[in-house]
Amino acid sequence: MSKSQRLPVSTGEKAATAQLQAAAPNGECLLKIGGDWRLNEAVPSWSIVLDRQTAMNVRVVPEDLGNWDTSLVLFLAHCRAWCAESKSNFLAEALPENLQTLLGQVPVNGAAKPATKPSVTSKWEVGSLVALRWVFQVKQIVSFLGECALGFIGEAKNPRRFRWLDCLVEMQQCWASSLPMVSLVSFLVGVILAFQSAVQLQQFGAAIYVADLVGLSVVRELGPMMAAFIVAGGTGARFAAQLGNMKVDEEIDALETLGISSVNFLALPRLLAVTLMMPVLALYANVLGILGGMFVSATMLNIPASAYWIETQNRVSLPDVICGLFKCLFFGLAVGLAGCLRGMKCERSAAGVGTATSSAVVTGILLIVVADALFAVIFNVLGI
Amino acid sequence: MKKDRTAPVIEVKNLTCGYEETVLLQDLSFAVHAREVLFVIGGSGCGKSTLLRCLIGLLKPIHGDIAYFGKSFTAADIEQRRDILKTFGVLYQNNALWSSMTLAENISLPLEEHTSLSRADRAEIVALKLAEVGLAGSEDLYPSELSGGMQKRAALARALALDPAIVFFDEPSEGLDPVISREMDQLILQVRENFGTTMIIVSHQLSSIFRLADRVIMLNHEAKGIIAEGAPSELAATSTDPRVRDFLYQGKDLRKRPNGNFPGGSNLIKK
Repeated sequence: MSKSQRLPVSTGEKAATAQLQAAAPNGECLLKIGGDWRLNEAVPSWSIVLDRQTAMNVRVVPEDLGNWDTSLVLFLAHCRAWCAESKSNFLAEALPENLQTLLGQVPVNGAAKPATKPSVTSKWEVGSLVALRWVFQVKQIVSFLGECALGFIGEAKNPRRFRWLDCLVEMQQCWASSLPMVSLVSFLVGVILAFQSAVQLQQFGAAIYVADLVGLSVVRELGPMMAAFIVAGGTGARFAAQLGNMKVDEEIDALETLGISSVNFLALPRLLAVTLMMPVLALYANVLGILGGMFVSATMLNIPASAYWIETQNRVSLPDVICGLFKCLFFGLAVGLAGCLRGMKCERSAAGVGTATSSAVVTGILLIVVADALFAVIFNVLGI
Repeated sequence: MKKDRTAPVIEVKNLTCGYEETVLLQDLSFAVHAREVLFVIGGSGCGKSTLLRCLIGLLKPIHGDIAYFGKSFTAADIEQRRDILKTFGVLYQNNALWSSMTLAENISLPLEEHTSLSRADRAEIVALKLAEVGLAGSEDLYPSELSGGMQKRAALARALALDPAIVFFDEPSEGLDPVISREMDQLILQVRENFGTTMIIVSHQLSSIFRLADRVIMLNHEAKGIIAEGAPSELAATSTDPRVRDFLYQGKDLRKRPNGNFPGGSNLIKK
């Protein structure tokens, strides 16, 4: 009974060999190992060397053993595991001392792992965990809003201390980074609305009402919403990433230990900047949206731009515009809150910053939609 | 804040701290006196950084009290807390320089927040602080433009901006080469000599411990508290606790060269 495996190697070194020699009368088998054993070369496998043989004691002896690495340790560990399973002895005294030490470090039955929290299986537990998480999120947002309000009151008492320059820089960045996207998206929203409504309205010979439909929906809803979504994706994410990185680098801790409130120093200028810029961007989005509708009407529906503009003026009143822009103040606040909160509560790791950034965008958009729904109800009740 | 030279600068009484349900340190009590350089030492995970975070007010203790100049920090209201915070500076492990500001702005901010000095006076103090740490003329550089050692110095200049009575250091020699590390130690001693500053240093750099420490307190993970206290050389010579002796043991040459060569840079092991 003898089985060996000899494999080709590419580097001109001796091939790794493992040979299992027939059982001696005392029931022992000799496993001769030799050659160069390397992880990045083909090495013998214990299951092939064993070749379906039955229980026996295995004595390992090196024979012309060259350089070796972890591949040999693993091979011997497999052999030892097989011996343990088949209740036979694994005798490795003849191996070099360092190889025996390394083999001793391979856990026989796998290393014991620290206990982990039991996984949640019951649907009630899952439900309650999700509910608790939501409660925690809402509590976090409300408490951060409270902190900001207190900070704002403090700064209002002494406006000279407010970081006006930071606020202006953030306003400029918010405007500059959002403008191209707001332009494109708002214009295209106007185009899409005009196209979709024209198909229906033309059937009744009422194509001119495209101007009413586009004007009103853009000014009251879509202009502010589109601008807010784009700012949430750009500026909100930037806030979260900036503040998250500052948290990871202990920059926020450094502020706190100097007795400087990180909310006043970092969050308030950003919140004010985005809250003030949002109506400006929304107004711009309104203009672009109406221009998009006008473009489609002039080119596809043969409605002159002047007629389109007069129809828009007749239908869209100043309160409509103000309603849209007023909502934007709250959208801006929502985006700023989400961005600053997620950044300042970010986990201290690179992955934490990534999570905080995406979470800021999701939270921002969610808050915008919730605020918009609330305003829809309020304006309806007030008859605006 | 009135400073009584006989009373301890910092007094920690029965402090228990940790995270959520994990208590890392229990019923810890010690005092730090003026002009003292105290090292907080111990193996990884023993709670050194947690203790530091408690001391500088970034982590709320579970139980116990920390007092600065006889006034409780844990029970302080916002104004008292702000007053206490003004008395100490912190040098963070990652330096924590505000990356969007120049060095001048970094050092000037604490002055801007806590003093009524004019812009010109602040600029003079910034120049002086930068000169003290050997970075004269670097006012307009951003932290990212500095090497690791220079960032450490700049962070020290910021920690010293308000001439604090106490400076906390979190691993000041971490990531520095031995020469820069020695220079940093020298700088720390120089600050103590010039300003009589009390220093609390969290570190496990043996060389710095033996060079600088007046006293060390050694924390231990299993004991959840202090297992040794005293001058480092004294502890190394007389302590019978194997954990202390192991920690302060400078080590011997562990390399062995058995029959055969160890190929340099390779993971191969020759028979």
